[in-house]
Amino acid sequence: MPERLYVGTRKGLFELAPDNGHWDIAATHFLGDPVSAVLALGDTVYAALDLGHFGAKLWRRDGAGGWQELAAPAFPPKPEDAGDDPHPWSLGKIWVMEPGGVPGRLWAGTMPGGLFRSDDGGESWSLNEALWFMPERRQWQGVAGGEQPGISSVLIDPRNPDDIRVGVSTAGVWASTDGGASWSIINEGMYNEYMPPEQKGLPIAQDIHRLARCAAYPEVVWCQHHNGVFRSEDRGHNWHEITAIRPSKFGFAVAAHPRDPDTAWFVPAVKDERRIPMDGKVVVARTRDGGKSFDVLRSGLPQRYAYDLVWRHALAIDGSGERLAMGSTSGGLWISEDCGDNWSAPEARLPPISVVRFASN
Amino acid sequence: MATVRFTSALERFLAAPPADVAGATVGEALAAVFEARPALRGYVLDDQGALRRHVAVYIDGKAVRDRIKLSDPIGAEDDIYVFQALTGG
Repeated sequence: MPERLYVGTRKGLFELAPDNGHWDIAATHFLGDPVSAVLALGDTVYAALDLGHFGAKLWRRDGAGGWQELAAPAFPPKPEDAGDDPHPWSLGKIWVMEPGGVPGRLWAGTMPGGLFRSDDGGESWSLNEALWFMPERRQWQGVAGGEQPGISSVLIDPRNPDDIRVGVSTAGVWASTDGGASWSIINEGMYNEYMPPEQKGLPIAQDIHRLARCAAYPEVVWCQHHNGVFRSEDRGHNWHEITAIRPSKFGFAVAAHPRDPDTAWFVPAVKDERRIPMDGKVVVARTRDGGKSFDVLRSGLPQRYAYDLVWRHALAIDGSGERLAMGSTSGGLWISEDCGDNWSAPEARLPPISVVRFASN
Repeated sequence: MATVRFTSALERFLAAPPADVAGATVGEALAAVFEARPALRGYVLDDQGALRRHVAVYIDGKAVRDRIKLSDPIGAEDDIYVFQALTGG
């Protein structure tokens, strides 16, 4: 299967392929439309659009065929006794899509916090009502001051498709071990600086910007949290803060090495009031010792008056564990073939990037 | 019969030609269109059947008042326009 990188932006989906040792744009799709999520399984590609006027849409392309619109996930009719629900019962946008570990199964994390499952390759979707009807769900806080919480991360245990972890902005880490039939909030050990003192440590008060798990050692989970970087060695139950992260602990994205549980990458930024790179320099922080120390990688990245921010889904790693891609709010796109030591940029001036993703085999 | 016309902005995504439909309310008229073109529904209505926040519907030049239940009455000869409510640049 050919190697591909998909880059979802504010103005379309860009498909990149290797060309004489460099990655270059091979095709464009949905030009002009905001892309909120991408999933590429072999040569089947899913693209979620976040159309400003006409809502969230989902399209699929199979192999060399054209794009086909699928029915987007939709919320069931809102019951009359749910009138005081603070969250809308209507799809805001698809924020993340993941394969479910079973042929045909997909999971979609969305705003306003609904988790959806498809068992037919995205042709139809159903809301995971067990999670949506948890009474605590009404306490979930919106993203960036908005009214809609968002499920940013869905982790499926590679050895057990019924073992699921979801990360929510802002509502902690939720777990199911029965395929989504029941859920509990599990994250202990995190803190949220901006909450009142008595609520700082509450699991549900934690803003999980992004979760990433080591595929070969799925008990190891990394979290880029609103207030820092955390690591769990017990499938997301107990977390300890990684204080060695440099040059700062704020950020959105994290990538986990697929085989080495001690290696992960982050993209630090000045914390929440500003959300810009430290000193105008784009860098990637990499640990290879479980978070005890970090390399700050900058070769090939802008080091002068650069104000690129890398969103939750805009840092990706491929199955080799050596190739990474990163996209920014300023449309910067960089690819590394050597674990982040060196980065190169294709010749392009792209729109703001929300998601980058390699096609998986 | 009333005529429902859709913004040309939809043409990028799917076909939305004008449709002559029967109905006592704007909701019934739209439902008749969506019965023939089910994929169009999600572009105009949200998951609960209300008008999308950034979609406008005019009946003979006047914006519909009930954007939730779409109960505004329509006449047999009315022109119903569905278009994007421009918000932002």
